[in-house]
Amino acid sequence: MQLTLGPVLYHWSPERWRDFHYRIADEAQVETVVVGEAVCSKRAPFKQDYLPGVVERLEAAGKRVVHASLILVSLARERRQTRELMASDEVMVEVNDLTCLASLANRPHAIGPFVNVYNEATARFLAARGATRICLPPELPLSAVDAIAAALTDTAIEVFAFGKVPLAISARCYHARAHKLSKDNCRFVCELDADGMPVRTLDDADFLSVNGVQTLSHSCASLLRDIPALRQAGVASLRLSPQDCDMVAVAQLFRDAIDGRLDAAEAERRLGAVYPGIPFANGFLHAVPGHVRAGPGI
Amino acid sequence: MELICPAGTRASLEAAVEAGADAIYCGFCDETNARNFPGLNFTREDMRAGIAFAHRHGVKVMVAINTFARAGALALWESAIDDAVEAGADALILADVATLDYAARRHPQQRLHVSVQAGAANPDAIRFYVESFGAQRVVLPRVLSVPEIAAIMRETTCETEVFVFGGLCVMEEGRCSLSSYATGKSPNMQGVCSPASHVAYKEQRGEVVSTLGGFTINRFAKDEPAGYPTLCKGRFSTPQGSGYIFEDPVSLDAATMLPALRAAGVTALKIEGRQRGRAYIAQVVRAFRRSLAALDAGMPAPAAGLAAMSEGQASTVGAYRKTWR
Repeated sequence: MQLTLGPVLYHWSPERWRDFHYRIADEAQVETVVVGEAVCSKRAPFKQDYLPGVVERLEAAGKRVVHASLILVSLARERRQTRELMASDEVMVEVNDLTCLASLANRPHAIGPFVNVYNEATARFLAARGATRICLPPELPLSAVDAIAAALTDTAIEVFAFGKVPLAISARCYHARAHKLSKDNCRFVCELDADGMPVRTLDDADFLSVNGVQTLSHSCASLLRDIPALRQAGVASLRLSPQDCDMVAVAQLFRDAIDGRLDAAEAERRLGAVYPGIPFANGFLHAVPGHVRAGPGI
Repeated sequence: MELICPAGTRASLEAAVEAGADAIYCGFCDETNARNFPGLNFTREDMRAGIAFAHRHGVKVMVAINTFARAGALALWESAIDDAVEAGADALILADVATLDYAARRHPQQRLHVSVQAGAANPDAIRFYVESFGAQRVVLPRVLSVPEIAAIMRETTCETEVFVFGGLCVMEEGRCSLSSYATGKSPNMQGVCSPASHVAYKEQRGEVVSTLGGFTINRFAKDEPAGYPTLCKGRFSTPQGSGYIFEDPVSLDAATMLPALRAAGVTALKIEGRQRGRAYIAQVVRAFRRSLAALDAGMPAPAAGLAAMSEGQASTVGAYRKTWR
């Protein structure tokens, strides 16, 4: 079973974003790294200058580099960015919206977790049009993962295994709204929250995180305890979504758990030290509410 | 512009037909449609009878089969498609690539509409659905301003349908797992959002607290009406303060936007609310019929005058006006 580092979903400073990937290239035990801006088209230009250097360093380290497309494409600027991404044959694109498919034709590509692949028929349709890797939506239960992976033996099936879970995307920016700014004049206030802006209930319970136009869970997915079931299902890769913590250590814990060097309970205990203060959850995989921690050893 | 009206029951369908709908949309009573509420929707027999009634009055019926098919259980969605075609549906409203692909191959003559749940928000996405499945209409997600809709219309020959009244998703449709995060039930899979089965109200320190899946969605002072706890319309707290961080408890009323939507080239106007009763549906349909008549007569578009019908009694034109973002 391989590991994929997902795209950084938050608006980190360009230098931090670059240095983060340099360290991943040099130290992280992951086979694939997804780069680029998936959430907000206004953020994309900040990364442009550093992107070639990041790609070069990752590839020199032997990582497969995949370029994320935007999740929501509605503005002219967003269509232009999406078209530019697909213009080069050299680039492996991760499709996060079916917008890309009309122009990718039958070029090999990856499907990201924001495309609604809920069943084997959709997965087969996409594979027949060039999808070689499919990261399933985080909402899927194990029964669906099983059925899809069983039906698509030639396509690498990936599941979202670590990180706050992306739950929604909007045209409206909730970071700007919270700061009483308009989206067009947002002053990039999302940069203030490297791990998302916490959203609590009025009873002061942790609930969600806001990342600009995106809403994520407060809890952090951890499928460490589910690795045997995912392996059994034929899952080829686990996705680790970058949070404001030591992602090299996160990757190492998943690597050790996959390779049997650490038992899952111990790996998760250590994961709690790497990313402290945030509860782990895997409810979606167990077909219960997503915020719940369920399954073996609970 | 066509007026497309919801029906959750035979009685609502008949009320909408009599009130002047050009077309009705409805679904079967199971998880194949995105309004899978208890006591709502159509049996196979209801569907045949409802379509026959509508056709006798010159009204079309579109059948929404717009959830994402469950892995390993595609037969349920396929039989819904087959049965809707057999019952004489004028169009199928589909969201999943799997169901679109099945319908296009099995029923090549059937008119297919791309559901709002597919989230096709630009001409390239629309082109994908047209070229892959022969889709003839796309229901646009509620993330676009009117000028953006006009720009889309300049680039596509596909018909477009837009929501003008009723519940307002503030997240892009078909891309939202907020409900299943809190309750385990999602629009995409089970066809429900913030389901009543997971809602509770309690009194606490003189306030009414509404919860969904155990999470507090809102607190209301004694004299404040306690609204339904739809997750994205709740009050929450952030480091910047607390309040309606996603959207106020408002619903969509785009009656004043009708001239702009017509100028943009929109084909059809859609009213949300298959879960609503027949009286509501009849009143909303009549109001929009009047607005359209005024528009045809070159008169200014009145607001639909439906304030009392709106959620929380407040309305918005949503994303149609860019400042909403």
